[in-house]
Amino acid sequence: MNLSLSITKNIHDWLFNMMPETLASLVEMTLIALIYLTIFAVIGLFLVLLERKVAAWFQLRIGPNRVGYHGILQTMADALKLVSKELTGTVNADKFLYNLAPYFVIITALMALAVLPFSLEFQAFDINIGIFFLIAISSIGVIGILLAGWSSNNKFALIGAMRSGVQTISYELSVGLSLLTMILITGTLQLSEIVEVQRNGWLIVQGHIPAVFAFMIYMISGTAETNRAPFDLVEAESELGAGFHTEYSGMKFAYFFLAEFVNMFIIASIATTIFFGAWLSPFGITESLPWLGVFWFLGKTLILMFLMMWFRWTFPRLRIDQLLTLEWKYLLPLNLMNIVLMALIVWLNLTIQF
Amino acid sequence: MSYFSDIYKGIKTLLTGMSVTGKYFLHSQKGGITQQYPDNRETLKMFERFRGEVVMPHDVNNQHRCTGCQKCELACPNGTIEIIWDRQVDPETGKKKKLIEKHIYHLGMCTMCGLCIEACPTDAIKWAQNYENSVYDRTTLTRVLNKPGSKLMPGVED
Repeated sequence: MNLSLSITKNIHDWLFNMMPETLASLVEMTLIALIYLTIFAVIGLFLVLLERKVAAWFQLRIGPNRVGYHGILQTMADALKLVSKELTGTVNADKFLYNLAPYFVIITALMALAVLPFSLEFQAFDINIGIFFLIAISSIGVIGILLAGWSSNNKFALIGAMRSGVQTISYELSVGLSLLTMILITGTLQLSEIVEVQRNGWLIVQGHIPAVFAFMIYMISGTAETNRAPFDLVEAESELGAGFHTEYSGMKFAYFFLAEFVNMFIIASIATTIFFGAWLSPFGITESLPWLGVFWFLGKTLILMFLMMWFRWTFPRLRIDQLLTLEWKYLLPLNLMNIVLMALIVWLNLTIQF
Repeated sequence: MSYFSDIYKGIKTLLTGMSVTGKYFLHSQKGGITQQYPDNRETLKMFERFRGEVVMPHDVNNQHRCTGCQKCELACPNGTIEIIWDRQVDPETGKKKKLIEKHIYHLGMCTMCGLCIEACPTDAIKWAQNYENSVYDRTTLTRVLNKPGSKLMPGVED
């Protein structure tokens, strides 16, 4: 942990002066875990509200506007309701896996959150294989969904889970390759260094044509990774009830629900980090104030999430064969060509640097 | 090659769709199509074709246009309309004439099919646009459409 904004630095020093080193680091870890859990919950709740509002606006409706000012407390009320609900289960469910599945989903989302560079040194875990770690973690999330579908002992849930498996395994390839295209410019996997590289211009500008292609491919396959519409075959309300979480209720259902939205946030913030310079301000206008980076980061992420919501409320759901055709016949070959193009551009020094 | 033209067409159609929803998104701020019902009770006005209940309009002199021909009563498929009439001496001509005493309308039995209104030769009854028709006592659903003391509008029968 290297939160070296002055407040956190002070807390860090104070903790280490107060108690022995082992205990201090334990306390610090707990504090950081709590902070990230709070971030998780706040992001989840905020995004659910935002999604509902944006959906309403796209459909010329008003959206939630009864609970609190313009409905800002709506999701809090929903979460409270879900907490108070009974946790029902099926008799023939595999109890252990059934109870374990939501935590798989939520923990992977939390782990991915930890490596995101919110601002200068506001990053819980600056690992040197950052991007690789993110790709790996995001594919573990599907295990939770598969477990949920399998252990529910319900055919709809199982079909949903299997579709999720097919979808995630296919699209993770495109996510990885499109990120790899950008790694050709940065030459590093560490997220903080990727941000430093972008001081000479955001990567989408530096890599111009192939970067734009990579961004488009990333956004499409990222939407598919999070199982959101138009790729929500996993849930497919009209076909499968609710898909893999058909048998879940109360807070366990809420975990899946929140994790879905946090995953959307993660996909959007990876895109922000890789393509749009993470917390760097445009043209370096707030370079002297690194803590403002949080706002830039969240602002850019918000715009990208809005883009994903725009997809969701515009396009109808794909059929499973169309889904696989899109990935294996279109995205993947284009992606491979794009990597070659990017390699050529980097080799010939055609990147745009400021 | 159709492969690349397919991609081009695909992206183009997707962008067309997104521009449509994008326009909706921008216009929704001017107020969507949602009616927030109990709040706008005073201002909410139902559109012209809405079928709330059957009413009989009266003019300022408390005159209606119903001649008591009973065509609406015959047209009604479920006996919603009952007309109580009598032959009375018309003061103008001094002849006996059919005049309505009560035009009874059972809102509780009405299916809003509108056959009575189509059948009426003198346009004596029409649709009202009121939409809050629920009551606590079903006897209040039986309504007498002609107001007490009302008369036939002169010239309707000509």
